[in-house]
Amino acid sequence: MTRRLARPYALVGGRTTPSLPDLRIETQVRRTAAGLRALPTAVFERREILLLCAEPVSIAELAVRLRVPLGVARVLVADAAADGGVSVDIPDDAPISVELLQRVLDGLRAL
Amino acid sequence: MGSAPSDVGAGAPAQLRTIPVKIVIAGGFGVGKTTFVGAVSEIAPLTTEAPLTVAGVELDDTRLVDGKPTTTVAMDFGRITLDRELVLYLFGTPGQERFWFMWDDLIRGAIGAIVLADTRRLADSFAAIDYFEHRHIPFLVADNRFDPGRVHGEAQLRRALAIGPGVPIIACDARVRESAKTALIRLVEHALVRRRQSLPTS
Repeated sequence: MTRRLARPYALVGGRTTPSLPDLRIETQVRRTAAGLRALPTAVFERREILLLCAEPVSIAELAVRLRVPLGVARVLVADAAADGGVSVDIPDDAPISVELLQRVLDGLRAL
Repeated sequence: MGSAPSDVGAGAPAQLRTIPVKIVIAGGFGVGKTTFVGAVSEIAPLTTEAPLTVAGVELDDTRLVDGKPTTTVAMDFGRITLDRELVLYLFGTPGQERFWFMWDDLIRGAIGAIVLADTRRLADSFAAIDYFEHRHIPFLVADNRFDPGRVHGEAQLRRALAIGPGVPIIACDARVRESAKTALIRLVEHALVRRRQSLPTS
């Protein structure tokens, strides 16, 4: 893994708690129309995020692509979401439904 | 701006929606978590860092420098596309107690967990088993048999791990795709049974 020159948490001012608390590592992040419009002027990590999530991508994958720890990726994504540049699917905290589990099972069996 | 993010971005076509689900692969260092993830993942396992920087976390003193946590935990993950919408993520992460703060976060919304156990170092899997038991998270124990000649009976293993009959124990070769796939299927079956049991009977 390529090392960054800046300390990762310096990117987010030392914050470890994202402004959106419900971002999970598998949460899908996707660029919005506003994010696309902001792309030409976006710089640094914001630009990278906007480039990486033209298609839905998980926070975990973003962390790897941005070469930052998960906690930093979450703060960066939360900031981008607050500005409207990306959308995130916030999961409800309900247990996974029987239907969804059955679908996972069918998918695994068909592999 | 500053509005809460919507469920789907403005103007984003609904058919691009991805539903992520996850399974956690737990176990001691070197037990084969990365191998397991790599055996079934459609991408080469990726590694990210989850640094121990959460304030107020109890950590080993040896891990602290000037009171600041300095350790990072490597976490492997892989991905399996199950159908047009559904993507299964596998997260492999150390099960040591000192990482539990991270686990609360990791396990939220997970289908369940597979505890990979090495019978030569069973104690390495105790912490993960404790964790899932206490939080009532569906899990199974996969005896990762690097050495096929060294076969332990299931009853013996169950006794050694002090787990009840409700927790499946299976044999697994994390290097073999079919074997890892079977472990995932067994876990989801187990989670499905548990989920149905928790529903009110109608």
